[in-house]
Amino acid sequence: MSTDTPLVKMQGITKRFPGVLANDNIDLEVRAGQVHALLGENGAGKTTLMNILSGLYRADAGEIYIRGQRVHLQSPRDAIDLGIGMVHQHFMLVEPQTVAENVILGLKTPRFFLDMARIEREIAGFSKQYGLQVDPRARIWQLSVGEQQRVEILKMLYRGVDLLIMDEPTAVLTPQEVDELFVTLRRMADEGKAVIFISHKLDEVMAISDQVTVLRSGKVVATVDTSQTTKEELARMMVGREVLFRVEKKPVEPGEVVLEVHNLQTLNDKGLPALKGVSFTIRQGEILGIAGVAGNGQRELAEVVTGLRKATNGRVLIAGCELTNCSPRRVIRERVSHVPEDRLGMGLVPNLAVSDNVILKSYRDPPLARGPFLDRRSIRRFAARLIKAFNIITPSQETPVKLLSGGNLQRTILAREISIGPRLMVAVHPTRGLDVGATESVRNLLLKQREDGAAILLISEDLDELLTLSDRIAVMYEGRIMGIVDVEEADVGEIGLMMAGTEVQTLNFKV
Amino acid sequence: MRLVIEKRLEYSRSIAFLVPIASVILALLAGAVLLALAGANPWVTYKAMALGAFGGKYSISETMVKAIPLMLCGLGVSVAFRMLFWNIGAEGQLAVGGIAATGVALFWADRIPDTLLLPAMVVAGFVAGALWGLIPALLKASVGVNEIITTLMMNYIAILWVEHLFYGPWKDPQGYGFPGTAQFPRAAWLPRLPGTRIHLGLAFAVVAALFIWIVLRRTKWGYEIRVIGENPRAAAYAGISIVRNIILVMILSGGLAGLAGMSEVAGISHRLQKGLTVGYGYTAIIVAWLGRLNPWGVLMVAILLAGLLVGGDQIQITMQLPAAVALVLQGAILFFVLGGGLFAQYRIRLERRPGSSPHPEPLGEGEA
Repeated sequence: MSTDTPLVKMQGITKRFPGVLANDNIDLEVRAGQVHALLGENGAGKTTLMNILSGLYRADAGEIYIRGQRVHLQSPRDAIDLGIGMVHQHFMLVEPQTVAENVILGLKTPRFFLDMARIEREIAGFSKQYGLQVDPRARIWQLSVGEQQRVEILKMLYRGVDLLIMDEPTAVLTPQEVDELFVTLRRMADEGKAVIFISHKLDEVMAISDQVTVLRSGKVVATVDTSQTTKEELARMMVGREVLFRVEKKPVEPGEVVLEVHNLQTLNDKGLPALKGVSFTIRQGEILGIAGVAGNGQRELAEVVTGLRKATNGRVLIAGCELTNCSPRRVIRERVSHVPEDRLGMGLVPNLAVSDNVILKSYRDPPLARGPFLDRRSIRRFAARLIKAFNIITPSQETPVKLLSGGNLQRTILAREISIGPRLMVAVHPTRGLDVGATESVRNLLLKQREDGAAILLISEDLDELLTLSDRIAVMYEGRIMGIVDVEEADVGEIGLMMAGTEVQTLNFKV
Repeated sequence: MRLVIEKRLEYSRSIAFLVPIASVILALLAGAVLLALAGANPWVTYKAMALGAFGGKYSISETMVKAIPLMLCGLGVSVAFRMLFWNIGAEGQLAVGGIAATGVALFWADRIPDTLLLPAMVVAGFVAGALWGLIPALLKASVGVNEIITTLMMNYIAILWVEHLFYGPWKDPQGYGFPGTAQFPRAAWLPRLPGTRIHLGLAFAVVAALFIWIVLRRTKWGYEIRVIGENPRAAAYAGISIVRNIILVMILSGGLAGLAGMSEVAGISHRLQKGLTVGYGYTAIIVAWLGRLNPWGVLMVAILLAGLLVGGDQIQITMQLPAAVALVLQGAILFFVLGGGLFAQYRIRLERRPGSSPHPEPLGEGEA
């Protein structure tokens, strides 16, 4: 149901940051009752535009009209007063407090006396109306991520927003939770509200939106009705060229067993059990994908396998060699490479040069070292070769790595990790935060390693990525493997259930 | 109207270079205010200090004499700091280096051929300083004890030990009650540049600087130090042994400070006496920071700060001003340098109308 005057109209919005034009003369119209997707790669300008609309930033040029009236938004409060609210990627909730307390946080009324019972009733009302199941008395830390997101939405609904902006909301949700979110958004649209949905995930955009605006390099490429377009067309608009969706995955005959993990147990940083008895094997030429919502032990699993965390029980064997609780140096010597989740915090030394970073795993031995000395000429040749082979875009070898973009950071890490000729590669969220082009190249690199006979342990929150790249998928939930399935016979619904904790009797429990 | 502090998008290289220079200038200005308040003409005072420090053969010689221990301690401290190991104990390491060298000079002189006496003292001084630095290193590496506290506390132990020795067991029996050990035999005296008091310690410092420079730039060890200092997590990820490096670096760091102690007793005082522990180890921290932890920078800054000390002594004589003026200036310089570092990372703007200009925002990955 839409009216003639758009709920929100942004005209000629331009926003400049030092060194970059984030938004270049952008026009956007959203009508009530519509789910409007804002699609684009990282750096395209989506979040900046929405930050302007929600009052966080101010545009350098352009106008904003709400219900036909020109407005000047000085702060998020102004935006909310006008009915625009944003749910950010990183939630802004107070963990020890209850849902109700969080919902009323920052509101001018009630002033002094709290009638919590009434507030809870009102929240329950919104919950029912929009299908946002959550207990108003529950404390935030008790809730799942999906439920926390519902609280954020309830906050906005409680404040009477008519336009809800959601920034990459599905990154932290299981497939079922994504479906539930979409039901909620649809219901909100049916009730006459508008939703702007920021995403770079094409499938979701196709599934939920009525209209899509594609941004590229700060400009609007096009605004189309979702029903009139295809995933391929959207991808082409996003990237500016043809994008292959099917990566070249050749059939590879798995070889010898490379990694064996038996009944692995370990604690997390808080001293609580993170792995409660995990077992699996990976063979040469095989990719085992680990699916699961973040926080179920995947990080700890990667750390134990690479020697960065002590196992309290269980064994890790690489090519038959006992490597349980060996030092990272020993593990590296066994040609295990590790592409970590935290690129700048762990995988690289930000202030050092590209050349210094690519030798991080191989500086100890010839040809890069001669006795106690580093062979600078060999290092320069080595770095030049890797930069060329892996297409790392950098002004020079000596550029500090922190100046590189996300895609190039990851290429640097991959170049280094692949250059040791790994038998086993542990890749954790390798394409997180990367644009479509970089994602494509990273995935192709992983597949090439697989063809060359490496075993790969792939941990990812992107189920599509796992389905595309893996040979088998193991689902982790609360430190256990709920099931391992062949990707050929995988059922997304089953995997989703396992990700949420349901034991599913699969016929293909292949360890 | 309000003051807005916002983060720069790029660490400005030119500012990073100008900061130490601007800091010194600002510190001198601040000092000028102080001098004026104390009733002295700042410009006359500064001129007297400059001449006192560099204005003639004698002045330069005295400045270099004070610079040598600053260089050696500064080099030692800078290596430790590169690895984020906060060695505040150079003063104590210098002291035990002096003790060890004194011990060799007084008690082994007749057992070692003269030609080997000085080398033995060098080794003794280095080893003593290294061991003194190793204790906090082991404590940190094994049980994680904060090295700032351990190195600092051990300074007191060492300083008092020195005093105990030259007032007590090692006191010169023919000293007429004057506190200090007997004078070293001639063979234990570091040779000097004729006509000056500049001793061989200067060569030690230059060699040490060269050694550190080569290690940091061209060796695997230097690479590991740099990685640990820039990102300890990545170092652990890459299998670099942080424990091993803490130990090795502190051996070098403490050893260099110990060498400073040895060169002081063998080059200047020729005995163990009051005046060994006058704060070189602490000033070395300022030297290391101002020198940006670079060995050549450390050498240059050591000379400048030594000039400041010598100049301060001069004006005490010629202008009846307290020598503490020099110390105040040193502190002010460090203060302004650290504060100035802020400007390399942030900039300050005056915002005229609230809401008239864009909010300051940092640009980062994932900001679309």
